[in-house]
Amino acid sequence: MPDTPMITIEAVNKFYGIYKALDDVSLDIAAGEFFSLLGPSGCGKTTLLRSIAGFDTPSTGDIRIDGQSVIGTPPNRRPTNMVFQSYAIFPHLDVEENVAYGLKRLKLDAAEERRRVEAALEQVRLGHLGKRRAHELSGGQRQRVALARALVMRPKVLLLDEPLSALDKKLREEMQVELRSLQKAVGITFILVTHDQYEALALSDRIAVMFGGRIAQVATPKEIYQRPTTRQIADFLGGMNFMKARITGETATRLSVETPRFGDVTLDKPLGFNARNGTATIGIRPERLRVLWDDARADFELAGRVVDRHYFGEITHLIVDVPGMEQPLSVSETNNFGADDIPVGDAVRLAYDPDALVALSD
Amino acid sequence: MAVLSGTEVEQRPAYPPKNRVRWTASEEASGLALISPTLLYAVALLFLPILIVVAYSFWTQDYLTIDRTFTLQNYRTALGEPIYQDLLLRSLAISLVVSVVTVTVSYPIAWFISFHGGVHKNLWLFLITVPCWTSYLLRVMSWKVILGYGGVMNTGLLSIGIIDKPLTSLLYNSNAVVITLVHSWAAFAILPIFVSLEKVDRSLIEAAHDLGDNKLMSFLRVTLPLSLPGVISAFLIVMIPTVGDYVTPKLVGGKDGVMIATAIQAQFGKGANWPLGAALSVTTMVIVSAMAGLAVLALKLLVRMAK
Repeated sequence: MPDTPMITIEAVNKFYGIYKALDDVSLDIAAGEFFSLLGPSGCGKTTLLRSIAGFDTPSTGDIRIDGQSVIGTPPNRRPTNMVFQSYAIFPHLDVEENVAYGLKRLKLDAAEERRRVEAALEQVRLGHLGKRRAHELSGGQRQRVALARALVMRPKVLLLDEPLSALDKKLREEMQVELRSLQKAVGITFILVTHDQYEALALSDRIAVMFGGRIAQVATPKEIYQRPTTRQIADFLGGMNFMKARITGETATRLSVETPRFGDVTLDKPLGFNARNGTATIGIRPERLRVLWDDARADFELAGRVVDRHYFGEITHLIVDVPGMEQPLSVSETNNFGADDIPVGDAVRLAYDPDALVALSD
Repeated sequence: MAVLSGTEVEQRPAYPPKNRVRWTASEEASGLALISPTLLYAVALLFLPILIVVAYSFWTQDYLTIDRTFTLQNYRTALGEPIYQDLLLRSLAISLVVSVVTVTVSYPIAWFISFHGGVHKNLWLFLITVPCWTSYLLRVMSWKVILGYGGVMNTGLLSIGIIDKPLTSLLYNSNAVVITLVHSWAAFAILPIFVSLEKVDRSLIEAAHDLGDNKLMSFLRVTLPLSLPGVISAFLIVMIPTVGDYVTPKLVGGKDGVMIATAIQAQFGKGANWPLGAALSVTTMVIVSAMAGLAVLALKLLVRMAK
């Protein structure tokens, strides 16, 4: 964490009547960072974003942008610009007029304004569509107009409210790549709100996972994915095999457990961990389990029987029943070696790495 | 659809060519069937009478009979006689003032209900229609009570000492006509403006704020242009019928507030010159249509300039 955060959110609460939309949220976001707020709908991520933009006012707490508190500052006087979920392209203006909308107020001379509009449209590769109206644009193009319209204002922080959720999968993936390179090019802070974990993982420098108005974990994508602190986070970000394990030893940071089939392991203790009846929840991602072919050997092995198989094109999900475990394990295996041809009912051996196991708070 | 003959079915292009459905079963046919009662009604009671009026305007009254030879004499009188020119101009001027004032007064009300009506929007709209529950005639008459020599306005102003003798300029002139008509038509102007304001996507207004506009600027640059269709229809809804209004000028207009409809009524009644009355009606219709078109153009131009 750099020493001068671009945005500081300090103990922010937001109430709607008795409903608590934001519950003691504190965050620091660095300058130039691509930061994502990730969570299911209703988790408060959009409320937090709108509080930064100035459309919602926190009930208590402080929000500082570049060291200045912005509580009480209306959206038009904040150094932020937003890309709305619906894009909010002005229907009565063409693309160029949309992009120039915010510049009009700056009273630039005509040539300078024109130059900035053209540069912004070039940046999102829309230079050729300047005279089109909103209804003549595709979803992806509208998205680009909304981006150009916000970026042309040269904000300190760009806020993106589920910008890709209305696009189809293929286009969404293209726009993700573009959004990432755009952020690198302009170098300003991006804050993205999304409910799509893959989008957050692919784009962000850091992610804050939110549930029920609270921040559950803030970390890099890799850490969030590989070392989720709670079962809820692990579950929200992709698949995870959960199992109960008996605690055999505990220090301030480490946890020794005895697992049903994964042996005795010592793991990092997650934040806020509470042992329940001497047991802990342990997880392993389905792709960290590997099928062992023929007489291949591994240091750590499990034996089981395939009870179900789901084909997903590049990968296959095998559901493997391991004797002694409460739940069958889900195994994600690439189809390079024929995992899609393993008959249901066959015995398989699985390899794993004990480092892939993670202890979770409930 | 008994009206449409079977041959029409055969003449229609077969599209899609393979899957040919009977036209009577198509969406178009059921749509036509659904509107046909209204359509017939409109043709019978709106279009035909207008045709008759237009026909009359080219004929001549010959005491008790009608001379059906084609003539433009009625139009010469309607457009050439100073009295009719005056009346027509005054009618247009009054209706224009009424429409401008009504729309100006109605817009803030519609805006308030749409943006700040909260959960009570429907209640507000309901309250606005309350004056319409009494007869139009009664409402006009009550303005006589308010504006009259010994009326509410004069006694009120007298009692607080702003004037020392009752004003005679309140009633029986064109101002009284304007005031009464604005009150009568306000509800009809509020509704279309309200509907168009409801359709303005609120995120557009947020986007305008986000891009640096204060509340006034975002209103002028986003809300107003996007609610223009409602303003235009409100304008037309008020202007078109007020040009030809007959009751209000008769009751509160006095000599100075007489409008063209009074002259038309006179030709169809006492004057017993239906062709001239018809020519006056057609002239008024054509001029009102032209004015309406011009007003729409002017409003659009105004908004384009504000952008």
